[in-house]
Amino acid sequence: MSTFWSMWIIVITAVTIAGCTWLLFANRKIEASSEETEDGEAPKTGHVYDGIEEYDHPLPGWWFNMYLGTVIFAVVYLVLYPGMGSYAGVLGWTQTGQWQEEVDAAEEKYAPIYAQYASMSVEELIANPEAIKMGRRLFNNNCSVCHGSDGRGSYGFPNLADSNWLYGGSAADIKASITHGRQGAMPAWGAVIGEEGVDNVAEYVFNISGREHDAAKSEKGAQVYTTYCAACHSADGTGMTAIGAPNLTDGVWLYGGSPSLIRHSIRNGRTGNMPAQADKLKAEKIHLLAGYVYNLSKNQ
Amino acid sequence: MKHEIVEKNIGLMIVLIVVAISFGGLAQIIPLFWQAETTEPIDGLKPLGAIALEGRDIYIREGCHVCHTQMVRPFRAETERYGHYSVAGEHVYEHPFLWGSKRTGPDLARVGGRYSDDWHMAHLYNPRDVVPESNMPGFSWLFENTLTGKDTAAKMSALRIVGVPYTDEDIANAAAPFASGEVKEIDALVVYLQQLGTLLTRKR
Repeated sequence: MSTFWSMWIIVITAVTIAGCTWLLFANRKIEASSEETEDGEAPKTGHVYDGIEEYDHPLPGWWFNMYLGTVIFAVVYLVLYPGMGSYAGVLGWTQTGQWQEEVDAAEEKYAPIYAQYASMSVEELIANPEAIKMGRRLFNNNCSVCHGSDGRGSYGFPNLADSNWLYGGSAADIKASITHGRQGAMPAWGAVIGEEGVDNVAEYVFNISGREHDAAKSEKGAQVYTTYCAACHSADGTGMTAIGAPNLTDGVWLYGGSPSLIRHSIRNGRTGNMPAQADKLKAEKIHLLAGYVYNLSKNQ
Repeated sequence: MKHEIVEKNIGLMIVLIVVAISFGGLAQIIPLFWQAETTEPIDGLKPLGAIALEGRDIYIREGCHVCHTQMVRPFRAETERYGHYSVAGEHVYEHPFLWGSKRTGPDLARVGGRYSDDWHMAHLYNPRDVVPESNMPGFSWLFENTLTGKDTAAKMSALRIVGVPYTDEDIANAAAPFASGEVKEIDALVVYLQQLGTLLTRKR
């Protein structure tokens, strides 16, 4: 803060406090009796409203002292805390300083606990009920909004409590998914293979996932599949975890398994986005979360 | 000055009351207009793009700020949940501020990048589809209304008058992102939400 504005604040504040104090004493009347009239009545102010006159009593003591008290409070406060321009106050208090103290105190308390779990592998964590309990709380705060409080996901948000994984279910894979996020991108094929192609390849997908299908269409669809789909979903339809291309043969459908939804997925494509947590959550929290998610699928 | 003069001239009394009250504003508010901490943008802060700007106006129109604040206070409980506390320099291009004063829902100052676009769409269509215990209303009409961008240039010009550094180029191209005729209100709102508070990061 520049000297000018600092002085501006100091002068206005000081003048205001002095003015308030002056106002109190300038209007103070200590003795009522000194001006008492002969009949023992207190003096009047001379104000008359509809024949009603006003006594000129001194200020009540409790009110006077309370007013004085606020003035004293203001002065003490401005000495201890920042308020007078750039003067920092005797206590050196700052808003961010108080926050830092809170954070440091918490760090001191929780850092050893996190450090203990960080030294364990994810596989070891799932045998530790306390670690899983902490992981569950972190999961509920950070992950359940999409994946559900039971981790079972919903339409478009993967179920984490089964053994079916888009990007791999090893401890390292799970940790990588949380840390760096995942971007799934299935292109829209409607314009490329046409509506007939969509219909045929959908029948082929029903075929390889062991569902009822139209054999003739499926046969035509197989060619379309080999040309356009196999590169990601692999030749046998079991997908590719490296790019998150789902297994089409296991009967798990992230975006719905009805014929019309499957055709919709083929026609319009799908994009999935798991936001990266690397710069949002500390590494030791991600470690605990990986443990909890690993536990969900192992102990389903 | 005699009390009687003040008490019997209500006009004079009003003037004196205004003078007395203005001392507080003079000391607390006026100096903030000239301080770097409150007037300088933080590193990397840019005025909102055309789509995000329209999204912000939808945020205001739907009254999001009535139930959601955009102000992470410097308490550990808040920074643990939302991330880095808010600083004044993040808000210098905001007219008006959307800090809000009541949290029926969570703070949104750092919601950008926290959820996927798809999540926001599902959530804004019907919040209970993704958060069963939510009491937020659904905003299904945002998925139907299309934005034309016809007022975006005028909005940018108005904001430039109050100090937001939109360039002539920004204003000339303000309607361009809407030219496809396929930008729905929901798209703009999600673009706006996804950029909120992303400049300052702090690991929780």
